[in-house]
Amino acid sequence: MTTFILRRLLISLVLVFLISLISFFIVTLTPGSPYPWGDMNPNISEGVKANFRKQFHLDEPIWKQYWFNMRDLFTGELRSIKDGRPVLTRIGERLPATIALNLCALTIALSFGLLVGVYSARVSGQWQDTSLSTVAFALLAVPEFWVAYLLIIGLTGWLAIPLMGTVSHGIIFPNALAAWLDWVWHLALPATLLALGGIAAQSRYVRASMLETLREDYIRTAQAKGLTSEKILYHHALRNSLRPVITGIGGLLPALIGGAVIIETIFAYPGIGRLGYQAVLERDYPTLLALNFITAILVLLGNLVADVLYSVVDPRVRLE
Amino acid sequence: MNTQTPLGRALTRFRRNRIGLISLGGIGVLFVVAVVFAILSFAQVPFPMDPNATNLERKLLPPNSVNWLGTDNLGRDLLSRMLHGSYISLTVGFVAVAVSLLIGVVVGAVSGYYGRWVDNVLMRVVDAIMCFPTFFLILTAVALLGPSLLNIIVVIGLVSWTGTARLVRAEFLTLRETEYVRAARSLGQRTPAIIFRHILPNAFAPIFVTAVLGVPAAILTEAGLSFLGFGVQPPQATWGNIIADGKTYMLDAWWLIVFPGLAIFLAALAFYLTGDALRQAAETRAERK
Repeated sequence: MTTFILRRLLISLVLVFLISLISFFIVTLTPGSPYPWGDMNPNISEGVKANFRKQFHLDEPIWKQYWFNMRDLFTGELRSIKDGRPVLTRIGERLPATIALNLCALTIALSFGLLVGVYSARVSGQWQDTSLSTVAFALLAVPEFWVAYLLIIGLTGWLAIPLMGTVSHGIIFPNALAAWLDWVWHLALPATLLALGGIAAQSRYVRASMLETLREDYIRTAQAKGLTSEKILYHHALRNSLRPVITGIGGLLPALIGGAVIIETIFAYPGIGRLGYQAVLERDYPTLLALNFITAILVLLGNLVADVLYSVVDPRVRLE
Repeated sequence: MNTQTPLGRALTRFRRNRIGLISLGGIGVLFVVAVVFAILSFAQVPFPMDPNATNLERKLLPPNSVNWLGTDNLGRDLLSRMLHGSYISLTVGFVAVAVSLLIGVVVGAVSGYYGRWVDNVLMRVVDAIMCFPTFFLILTAVALLGPSLLNIIVVIGLVSWTGTARLVRAEFLTLRETEYVRAARSLGQRTPAIIFRHILPNAFAPIFVTAVLGVPAAILTEAGLSFLGFGVQPPQATWGNIIADGKTYMLDAWWLIVFPGLAIFLAALAFYLTGDALRQAAETRAERK
């Protein structure tokens, strides 16, 4: 067990290095002016430009730039071009909202995916299965921003579901619980929209995994013993089909965080997705570098936790 | 006795799948429309109307007998804009998938065939790329490179090959141990010949299915980029940027949101359902179990 975790940690260190390389090169190797005010602005003197180049180490060789950027990132000295504040602070402010949104979306995707997947496996080959699979692909194919706008057009004015932000303004809440419920209520629409694709993908994985498990010898033994099909399905097969639920976390996270860029922009939700979109608009290189790096590290951590969890649940994994 | 080839059997199975056939028909229609209007667009033929001709006397009109799908805030005909923008989605879908296939197949084949440290290094790179929130990585790269059709295609292709690489690697890991590959090796065949002539054709079915399923993903990514303003730039209409432009007027002009979104949705759905039908048709191994 310990060696398994140690090996995973070692591999993760290698991945952290690769992730830092990719996040660095994606923002430095792209052409275009490094100055936030553009190349052609006549009001900016050469001295200011030289100062800027020095401050952001732009005249150093590329490997030194990488080193400076990473050192500054880890010591919290990497600052936004936009407002000069440390990028870690800017991201830290947005992190709670993002984690709440993504956890909500993840919970919705995993639970509905499990329900739909198990049901599809039970009715596999029948018309219910075929329709559910078509619906799943429809959920994958539908652009989230389009559904968001259809809902806004449809719901505006006659349903009391919040369409913006995280809190209702101008309301004094009688207690903390009411304030908390208001906050959860604000999450409802963005989290559901974000989860749509995840529900679809997850239900397909669970279904495939269930069907595979149902072909195993021990299921046939259970049938031969005369157990009811319900008991076999929920008691014997389901447990061993739970792997995609756990590994699915690793697959879903990048899609969720990426998708959050659009959803958070539409719903004016103050998470890192919207911060990322603003940084893209402002060509704020340090923030973009840090955002790509930190979100990838978050996904890596999620994968690591899922791996370790899974090896605890299923001892066979450790032998792999 | 069944004398059909595996491909023949797969085709027979596909033909029995009604959803698959309808979706494939949908792709066919879309393809024809895209090719025809790409030609009309480049030849600047204003059919059914000029997609960029503004007419402020006829702005924000709901669907009517002249403008079948209505007009936008500058009085441009929505149907013409959608038709003339159709080839953008398909081009991005097909070419980005071709780029990602090329990288994915080569990396996966090399990784699975040589194994050992080569495999280890390449797969760690794949793991690292897979940690990134794909859409945000693509958005960052496209925004910094400057949004253009070529940049969008290249960036989507460069970011989305990891799934294919893993799949091809897994196929190669099993296939390289088969007897016919050993036979080819002991006959003195060169490594590239073994990889491309002997192993790769046997991994064709799953690769083809992933490719078909990759097209809608690329189409949706392009739509998302266009929506955020980092797609192909105006005045060229794309389904995504029509929605982005229309969102300001969405409470008065629902047609500017509904129709282009429907086009993206139906195009992506047709590819997903066709891909799924192909996957079912190609599933010979599960059958043999």
